[in-house]
Amino acid sequence: MMSFLSYLVNGISLGSVYAIIALGYTMVYGIAKMLNFAHGDVIMVGAYISFCATQYWGLSPLLSVVVAMLVCTCLGIVIERFAYKPLRQATSLAVLITAIGMSYLLQNAALLIFGANPKVFTSVVSIPSLSLFGGQLLISGEALVTIICNVVIMVGLTLFTAHTKTGKAMRVVSEDRGAAELMGINVNATISLTFAIGSALAAIAGVLMCSTYPTLMPTTGSMPGIKAFTAAVFGGIGSIPGALLGGLLLGVIEIFGRAYISTELGDALVFAVLIIVLLVRPTGLLGKPVREKV
Amino acid sequence: MKLKQRKFLNNLITYAMVVAAYVICTLLINGGQMSRSLRGQMVPICCWVVMAVSLNLVVGISGELSLGHAGFMSVGAFSGVITSGWLLNSLQMEDATLRLVIAIVAGGILAGIAGVLIGIPVLRLRGDYLAIVTLAFGEIIRNVLNCVYVSVDADGLHMGFLNPSLPGTLLMNGPMGAIGVKKIATFAAGFVLVMLTLVVVLNLSSSRSGRAIMAIRDNRIAAESMGVPVTKYKMMAFVTAAVLAGMAGALYGLNFSTVTSDKFKFDQSINVLVFVVLGGIGSVRGSVIAAALLTVLPELLRAFSEYRMLVYAIVLILVMLATNNPLLKGWLNALREHLPFGRKQKGGEPA
Repeated sequence: MMSFLSYLVNGISLGSVYAIIALGYTMVYGIAKMLNFAHGDVIMVGAYISFCATQYWGLSPLLSVVVAMLVCTCLGIVIERFAYKPLRQATSLAVLITAIGMSYLLQNAALLIFGANPKVFTSVVSIPSLSLFGGQLLISGEALVTIICNVVIMVGLTLFTAHTKTGKAMRVVSEDRGAAELMGINVNATISLTFAIGSALAAIAGVLMCSTYPTLMPTTGSMPGIKAFTAAVFGGIGSIPGALLGGLLLGVIEIFGRAYISTELGDALVFAVLIIVLLVRPTGLLGKPVREKV
Repeated sequence: MKLKQRKFLNNLITYAMVVAAYVICTLLINGGQMSRSLRGQMVPICCWVVMAVSLNLVVGISGELSLGHAGFMSVGAFSGVITSGWLLNSLQMEDATLRLVIAIVAGGILAGIAGVLIGIPVLRLRGDYLAIVTLAFGEIIRNVLNCVYVSVDADGLHMGFLNPSLPGTLLMNGPMGAIGVKKIATFAAGFVLVMLTLVVVLNLSSSRSGRAIMAIRDNRIAAESMGVPVTKYKMMAFVTAAVLAGMAGALYGLNFSTVTSDKFKFDQSINVLVFVVLGGIGSVRGSVIAAALLTVLPELLRAFSEYRMLVYAIVLILVMLATNNPLLKGWLNALREHLPFGRKQKGGEPA
């Protein structure tokens, strides 16, 4: 029973990381209608920046997270400006290939700068573990912080998109770009802002993930990136609560699958569940069904 | 009739190009004028060309974005390697060419079966959802293959799932992949496979079925209301592509002494997609050229050594930006109209 609970906590913690990354995918998809494959690599960049900030520049862990967020925000805006913006009118496949090229670029730049050897990431969390049921259930400080961060981000983002003017502009652009332009919304600025928010979240996710799983390599971001993308689709791409639900479910399924079924088949299980869900609900759990017009 | 003639001529150019490339490369190899590393690339080039052309059938002609094409390649690679090992160890078949042919056919058949099994659920979905599910299937195939153990002795094949204790010599060792593979793939076999792929894809796309597939791509609802069975034709394109990818995989697997499933990761599916997009979606000749050039490119970029993947990424982005630049596009189209042999993209002549 206790091991079940501890797997559940681990699953929720991993799922929270996926959910934060999935937010970046889902917002960018909703607004720019593109799959930003380089998003996973922004996570990796964020983790490396935080690593450098604490190891070489002597900053405190909390400050290193802020620096990582700032750098990633700039990176996100720059990528959008130079690689994706010129392709607004191009086919979605052309944008996809450009995003893949950007992903290679970030990975190989990191490989040149930091080398292929994995770095040991020191956790930025200094909260002691929480011990429940007389020490039978131990929840690590990292898991706690990750889950709290996730909740804060979700609540913040929901309030932001529901009540602020910029947030509403984002929703309008995602619904109908042409109409938004006619209403005087600056579409380009809105898209830039979306990339900025998504990349800042990616930096947080990168730091949290590497605090729990401390190996840091140039390819660290790619697999979580793909899984978070899966999570976004799972929950219904374009929907913020969908990203939360998809991420959490994916994390819990992965941890339970590894623990109770087979370590080797953990990833296969995650993807199999995704396929089954999509067959029953072709637009994801919380996605809006698309009606076809003839 | 003119349209038909032009199509025929176009196909002829594609075949002639491949034959010429083969003859030139063979002459260079026999004359000893090709570097060792480039010589080693010949069979992989053929495999990637087949992969690109077959993916073009799905992405270009059928219009479905598939991100799991390497999964079919891995099915083909492992079944080809196992078939070849079984023929050699269990049936004592010494003839390498015959073994290669049987292995390639076996790879194609098993990948085709995988294509049918995957196609049934996948082709019900649309757009990005279809893309993510093909990606998921590619990863599932890789993950499951990591748990399969196959061994061979005089009695035949033995299989185990997550269970490495099998009698005889291991052909496939779970996550370690296939080990001690006899390298029997040849450049000539690769050339034949490329030609076969071209014949299949070019003929399919200009046949009645091909026109049906393209009609579904252009407007599914219109095609359906004209009585075109959508599922049947979508499956036809998907499974044909899977069979061809499986054959390419078998050839690829038999070109190395060890094959691990990591060689067929998600990145490889993406690489093949890059070939297709850079070659021009729907253009078979473009796929052939792009696949061949981009497989050699990292070799040619050896001068940059560690920077080569970075350069590759930058080249990829710049090419996409340049080909989609409206200014440049308009300029190219204007140029094309002034050339006597310029292709006209739209309109064409009535048949």
